[in-house]
Amino acid sequence: MRHLKILEYALSSLLRRKYRNISLITVYALTISILASVLFLTHSLKLEAAHILIDAPDLVVQKLSAGRHDLIPSEYAKTIREIPGVGAAEPRYWGYYYDALSHSNYTLIGIDRNLPRLSLIEGRMPSGEGECAIGEGVAIARIVAVGDMMPLISSRDDVVLYKVTGTFRSESNILTNDLIVMGRKDLLQFFNLSADRATDITVTVHNPNEVTTIADKIKKTYPASRPITKNEIIRTYDAVFNWRSGMMLTIFASALIAFCILAWDKATGIGAEEKHEIGILKAIGWDTADILELKFWEGIVISLTSFLIGLIVAFVHVFFLNASILSPVIKGWSVLFPAFRLTPYIDIYQIFVLAFLTVTPYVASTIIPSWKTAITDPENVMRS
Amino acid sequence: MIKHKVFLGVTLLEITILLILFVYGHFTVTARAGSEVPAKRELVKYLKLTDLSLWTEARYTRHPSQADIFAPFQDFPCSLEHFPAGSIIAPENIVLPATRKPERPH
Repeated sequence: MRHLKILEYALSSLLRRKYRNISLITVYALTISILASVLFLTHSLKLEAAHILIDAPDLVVQKLSAGRHDLIPSEYAKTIREIPGVGAAEPRYWGYYYDALSHSNYTLIGIDRNLPRLSLIEGRMPSGEGECAIGEGVAIARIVAVGDMMPLISSRDDVVLYKVTGTFRSESNILTNDLIVMGRKDLLQFFNLSADRATDITVTVHNPNEVTTIADKIKKTYPASRPITKNEIIRTYDAVFNWRSGMMLTIFASALIAFCILAWDKATGIGAEEKHEIGILKAIGWDTADILELKFWEGIVISLTSFLIGLIVAFVHVFFLNASILSPVIKGWSVLFPAFRLTPYIDIYQIFVLAFLTVTPYVASTIIPSWKTAITDPENVMRS
Repeated sequence: MIKHKVFLGVTLLEITILLILFVYGHFTVTARAGSEVPAKRELVKYLKLTDLSLWTEARYTRHPSQADIFAPFQDFPCSLEHFPAGSIIAPENIVLPATRKPERPH
């Protein structure tokens, strides 16, 4: 009961400086929402990548020439297939296309005709020559739909028309936004490539524990090759979406510094009015412990309210509004950028760390300056 | 004595909203794990995809897992990274010679 009465007094004290405290809660909540948004966004993207790229090829073998990626002879696949432990080795044909009409880059993939029906496509995959399936980003950029003809300019500077047989659904944008999938023969003709040179070779390995061993064997057989394992692919996205990397760290650090300035301002001393108030409370019989409890409640009211509001705003911003404020920061110069449709993976550990980093310093920076005044003789405090 | 009741009520409301959002998140994760994630994995498997379609500004930002660490600097000697997405994509941990522990003599 006593604690509730001290809480009541703390709330009355905060309401006496209503507008100042409302502004403080607004800024504090905004800072926490930025921090939490970065954490939610990066964690969600990281887990999304880990869950869906688990079916990426076990090994991708590239050929390097003067340190740069070069086309690889398709016959290497035959030699790789003979390595014990290798299940399959298939040349992969794909490349990039710059579209001058939309000023964007597409990724073109050549496929075998005998793919099973995929669930994330409206229409169907290309089955004949002159057909293609496209991602939603391409469809929007070129204003085409299923059944339309889409012109592309080949490596021979010819205009080639492809019939759009299917568009990938928006749920798959994170994978297919810039894709154009066509038959292998069409792709080779488009890029003026010969079938004996592929972009790279994908390798399936029976035993996942042997992937590194087989990569070493491929490297020994073809020293100019560069095998990339599935673990490395998934680890890349671990690093990309780690909140400690790149621009995420910049945004995160900026928000944290802003918060530290807020807490430091609070910690550097209390005003004359507050000192006076503490002196009067001591004079009328309040203990030092009561004063500290009062300041504790004042800190908790502000920081807990701001923390909860900040978390709610961050969750809504990232998972309902598709991180619309953060995504332009991440977008860079990409013309085709998928609209985020993030899965709400939440890491409770991160939330506790955020709470510890934000609530605790603020409460401490409220209590500690008041402690010095609270242990001083009330007459001296009131006279100062 | 009404202020503390209002504060406790508001705090409880905020915690409830947060819990509802987390529960909604949990059910969404479960629902998508059953439908969307297998469909996306199917796409990755049959199209042999290795990267997310996020940054299309350069080859090494579109396929960061396939690029090597000096791809951003390949344009000419002393060339600097100049694509914005390159500042987001951190390189993997590289063990520099000075940080490697010295090997024990055999």
